[in-house]
Amino acid sequence: MSLQPDLPEEVVALAATAEAAPRLSRRSFRQRAWRELKHAPITAWIGLLVVTIYVICAMFAPLIAPYSETALVGDAYEPWSDQFLLGTDQLGRDMLSRLIFGARNTVGIAFLTTIFAFLIGGTLGLLSATLGGWTDQILGRAVDVLMAIPQLIFALVLLSIVGTSIVNLIVIIAVLDSTRVYRLSRAVAMNVVVLDFVEAAKLQGEKLGWIISREVLPNILPPLVAEFGLRFCFVFLTISALSFLGLGIQPPLADWGSMVHDNATLINYGDITPLLPAGAIALLTVGVNFIVDWFLHKASGLKE
Amino acid sequence: MNAILKTVLQRLALGFVTLFVVSALISTSVELLPGDFAKEILGQAATPDTVKAFEKQVGLDRSPVTRYFSWIGGVLQGDFGTSYVAREGYTRTVVSLIVPRLMNTLFLAAMTAIIAVPLALILGMLAALYRNTIFDRLINVTTLTAISSPEFFIAYILVLFLVARAHLFPALSTVDEDTTFVERIYRCTLPALTLLMVIVAHMMRMTRAAIINLLASPYIEMSRLKGISPRRIILHHALPNAWAPIANVIAVNLAYLIVGVVVVEVVFVYPGIGQLMVDAVSKRDLPVVQSCALVFAATYILLNLAADIVAIVTNPRLLHPR
Repeated sequence: MSLQPDLPEEVVALAATAEAAPRLSRRSFRQRAWRELKHAPITAWIGLLVVTIYVICAMFAPLIAPYSETALVGDAYEPWSDQFLLGTDQLGRDMLSRLIFGARNTVGIAFLTTIFAFLIGGTLGLLSATLGGWTDQILGRAVDVLMAIPQLIFALVLLSIVGTSIVNLIVIIAVLDSTRVYRLSRAVAMNVVVLDFVEAAKLQGEKLGWIISREVLPNILPPLVAEFGLRFCFVFLTISALSFLGLGIQPPLADWGSMVHDNATLINYGDITPLLPAGAIALLTVGVNFIVDWFLHKASGLKE
Repeated sequence: MNAILKTVLQRLALGFVTLFVVSALISTSVELLPGDFAKEILGQAATPDTVKAFEKQVGLDRSPVTRYFSWIGGVLQGDFGTSYVAREGYTRTVVSLIVPRLMNTLFLAAMTAIIAVPLALILGMLAALYRNTIFDRLINVTTLTAISSPEFFIAYILVLFLVARAHLFPALSTVDEDTTFVERIYRCTLPALTLLMVIVAHMMRMTRAAIINLLASPYIEMSRLKGISPRRIILHHALPNAWAPIANVIAVNLAYLIVGVVVVEVVFVYPGIGQLMVDAVSKRDLPVVQSCALVFAATYILLNLAADIVAIVTNPRLLHPR
């Protein structure tokens, strides 16, 4: 990836700048963003729309949802009606409300986990690349071992030891997932730390923290941002799978994975309600993937 | 040939070292993690004496190193220990739990792989050869949707249409030793179909990317410019270099199959090792969890090892040294 090492701000906005690079500095960020959006493919628009809807649902869940997420408001498995738009679940809680609150719980926890994974993996990866030597060797081998075990399987082992709770879930998945972030951030940072301006900063006597955060990090942001999207999808699917297996987010919190599991019986009678939370998971993942595809396409446009 | 043998042996040695370290990690993770494990499993009412007795019974009082070596020694002789979930005068060895389940899972995985691998490779190559056409874009969006969906979403959609609406298959894939081969295939159809959709999507995308990557290399362009027929380019120029990426694609996806199988087995109540592991995790039956994890991890490592070895022995540069 050919980056401009001396222009960190430009690189940060790289997604939005690929085609009109020289004139960019005169446009405001908003103008640039709008310009790019106008030329974005339809799939990127769908992705952005989906993500926006989910974010609104997550932020304003108590305002949008007709009932509380835990209140028993009717009989079990009531059909769709004016009172309960999507019917009720196995305990008589409103399906629609739980679906909306699920956006907050499921997506929120996955988002938080991904952030932790990036903080751990990104920091260690950058340290590894900048320091090299023993630090790099030890971290690298540790990550190799962690990655030799399938992630879901390892998560199951750890959960059986420390027990299932939201904090344990976040920590375990974040640590296991940070191995992938470590690999990527180390690999891309390796290309940057050998450049002259990093050497110059080292000779100038800058501290490690400065070199990592001001010299290296801005130049590897685009691939990391794309990876964040993909990692989020992966974490989101893993947490949903664990919740579906009854080992993730615990009741009474509304969560899409466990909602599918708890109401699965209805599917055998031809009722599609339990598929809605599963579909909500799939839709968000597809949406994020569409955005990442577009972003990667834009970012790689610099190569040509 | 000497160079190949040396590289293969090095890779094999590395694989076994990994396997050893991973087994150590799985068996000692109880020590490494916080949490009063014995108290958790016995319940809040456990007195210090019962906790001590329990720890002694399952060997938690010994040092981690001793424990690991006695465990791995047993494992190598086919003794995986005893399940914690034991009642008075009735113990179950982990092996008696795992072996029949593992057979079931291998049956399901093999059934899926036999169909998925050729199908995905052919579709992936077609998508690569006809890239940027409508066919390719359609496949791109479909496969992206398939890999973005949780396995249970695909599984329940199949249940909705094929079980609830069309009544073609049973909703539960329960099998036991007495189930005949044909009946077994019939009952495994839905779980296999679910896994098939996820695996084929993954494998196709990776095959397509690998082939496109290969076709973009300068020597392929050179042979095209020389006027060699497309058929000859693919068979004589591209294929020798394609074995490594293809083997890698197959191994990665078969490894992925291992993880996918856990969720799918739970959906269809299929008595496989994935379901056994999930049950054991909720009961916190550690010997069973660790043994299942070891089986999964070993399969995963061996698959990756196999892919690496295929990549080494088909490498034209090693096959025809100057």
